[in-house]
Amino acid sequence: MKKIQWKFILAGLLLILPLAGCVTDVPAPSSSSAGTANSQQSRLDTVLKRGKLICGVSGELPGFSFVEPDGKYSGLDVDVCRSIAAALFDNPDAVEFRKLSAKQRFPAVQSGEVDILSRNTTFTVQRNTELNLDFAPVIFYDGQGLMVRKDSTLNTLASLKNRSICVQSGTTTEQNLADQMRQRNIPYTSVVFDDVNITFGAYTEGRCDAITADRSALVSRRSSFQKPDDHIVLPDLLSKEPLAPAVSSGDPRWSNVVKWTIYTLINAEELNIDSKNVTQFATSNDPVVKRFLGGEGNFGKKMGIPNDFAARIIKHVGNYGEVYDRNLGKQTKLKLDRGLNNLWNKGGILYSPPFR
Amino acid sequence: MPKFWRIALQGLLLVLVVGTIALLWHNLTANLQQQSSQTTRLGFDFLREEAKFNIGEAAIPYQPSDSYGRAILVGLLNSLKVIAVGIVLATTLGVTAGIARLSNNWLLQKIALFYVEVLRNIPLLLQLFFWYFAFFLSFPKVEQRLQLPGAIYLTKSGIWLPWLQATSATGTWLICWIIGGVGAGFILYRQRQTLRPWTVLQAGAAIVALSLLALLITHGLPLQFDVPQVIDNFQIQGGLKLSPEFAAITTGLSVYTGTFIAEVVRSGIQAVPRGQWEAAQSLGLSPNVVMGTVIFPQALRTILPPLSNQYLNLAKNSSLAVAVGYPDVYSISDSMNSQTGRPVEAMLVIIVTYLTISLTLSVLINLYNRSVQIVER
Ligand SMILES: N[C@@H](CCC(=O)N[C@@H](CS)C(=O)NCC(=O)O)C(=O)O
Repeated sequence: MKKIQWKFILAGLLLILPLAGCVTDVPAPSSSSAGTANSQQSRLDTVLKRGKLICGVSGELPGFSFVEPDGKYSGLDVDVCRSIAAALFDNPDAVEFRKLSAKQRFPAVQSGEVDILSRNTTFTVQRNTELNLDFAPVIFYDGQGLMVRKDSTLNTLASLKNRSICVQSGTTTEQNLADQMRQRNIPYTSVVFDDVNITFGAYTEGRCDAITADRSALVSRRSSFQKPDDHIVLPDLLSKEPLAPAVSSGDPRWSNVVKWTIYTLINAEELNIDSKNVTQFATSNDPVVKRFLGGEGNFGKKMGIPNDFAARIIKHVGNYGEVYDRNLGKQTKLKLDRGLNNLWNKGGILYSPPFR
Repeated sequence: MPKFWRIALQGLLLVLVVGTIALLWHNLTANLQQQSSQTTRLGFDFLREEAKFNIGEAAIPYQPSDSYGRAILVGLLNSLKVIAVGIVLATTLGVTAGIARLSNNWLLQKIALFYVEVLRNIPLLLQLFFWYFAFFLSFPKVEQRLQLPGAIYLTKSGIWLPWLQATSATGTWLICWIIGGVGAGFILYRQRQTLRPWTVLQAGAAIVALSLLALLITHGLPLQFDVPQVIDNFQIQGGLKLSPEFAAITTGLSVYTGTFIAEVVRSGIQAVPRGQWEAAQSLGLSPNVVMGTVIFPQALRTILPPLSNQYLNLAKNSSLAVAVGYPDVYSISDSMNSQTGRPVEAMLVIIVTYLTISLTLSVLINLYNRSVQIVER
């Protein structure tokens, strides 16, 4: 009897032991590259070798990232990843999308499960420095807002005194709301869910008098309500929410590729180059255009990617204006004004550093 | 086995256990360091930082300016509330359904069978969503509230019930009752061998006397009714408020766990030998007495160990609360994790919390279990 027990215990331990050992023995290739800032081992090489990009998105926000009925992803966040794939592989479809909830997203980039997080994520100092993420340039300047039912008497933040507000956890939203209400001394009840569909479901079922999220997210989700017109987004702005893609920090080669992909989108609009006329521009004599499209100089090569990456991006995905109009503009259900997200010389604050 | 080998094997086992734990720990810290260079050191200092988020319902005062530690405590108390209420409701439901399944009444038996077989085979998460969205959120808004007799209000924002509330006299009453209770216990203990009606009366008299004393001192009752009131069209105050989230998680957990308890109870009763039934019946005892004083106490011995498993399941399943927006300890630690970026610490907090809850529960049930088992002399 006793002997048998011993054997079982020993066998069990011997089973666990190699398991414990092998985790340490095999260094995760991704994490070691993230830790060292040298150029031989970059996520860029991993992606190039793999032949496709792994991109973390929400998948629940029409206009930003959403799965269409035909199974294809679409949206602004999605097009950022498609642009990178176009630059690297001349193929905007060489992307594998991973759906990530608000709380899953950071561990997913940190552990290297995704190459890039392109998921309506606010650029904050804490995420940058404590979570060790490198943010690419902002692709959408947003702010937090509140949505209420039109037939309610609620019209300002102050009118929400003692009312309940639905909010998704794992977001900047949760904290901003508490900050703003505390500062204004307005007592309220928060109802917190971890799933975006449940959060909005509870609001539409009438559990909460209001729901708070990034304004773009409110408009986006409202567009898929049964009766979108019954809900209004209040004018109050609770915070600044600059949304930007992020990669794991400590890998300058990779973060540079992401960074200049986004500047390519903006610069193309500044130069009036779009997906239709890019082939004509390819033969332009303007040195600025030539350098940008890779006809002259070797920016791309030095970054370790094809020299004509900008031309590829514009050809396959378009410039920032095209991407915006296609996903969020007037012809879409969202009808978001460009506002701050216009070029610096058209009333917005988008600005690309020079390609020189 | 020679003594030497026994000791050597013990030693080897110890080395293996310690070695395994050390390796796993080493792994954890090494991987953490690799993943996010210098900033993330394992540590719990952050628990003292300001939490900065709001919690929908709290049993103790809480503000966003309080610490993460306090936020976790609020979540823990919320969890305990669900677990305690859930265990009481699930047991009531389960015992009733378990006995009903053995009933001679055809309808009762089929209803119990239907309840058990349907509800224990549907995933709990689905049931929670059902209770939340299809039941508790289907009540009208506060403006059009549904009122039941006795000042009970049913709304989407919550359910309000009349409730008992402490008064200024509560403290004095409590002290008197404790003294009376101890006195009564003492009387009963001394007369344990000869438990005659007289001693019970004596003990009862001790409690009544001290209650009268309390009344004399305070001129007030220990508790008073607190009836919910409609303040304006959008607000109800007073009484006991149950949020739809609390109602959904507690109902869902109780109804689900109740099915398993029903099976435990049924099998426990069936394990009592037929002879016991027949003997009791032949004494001319009524069916209720047969069940209540002969069969059930014996069945309890078989029921308790698997019943404690069900309680532990209920306690652990309460962590699904986050799905229906109830701020239990898991949900709070989730918010904390995503704000501080400390998944490992948050996970450890959760593990320790549930382990403590579960172990405490099992110790309590084991103690009770020991007291009902047959003592062999
Ligand atoms: N920009 C904010 C909020 C981002 C966020 O997660 N918003 C929610 C609210 S709509 C969302 O997109 N959820 C989608 C999902 O969980 O898939 C942040 O970075 O924390």
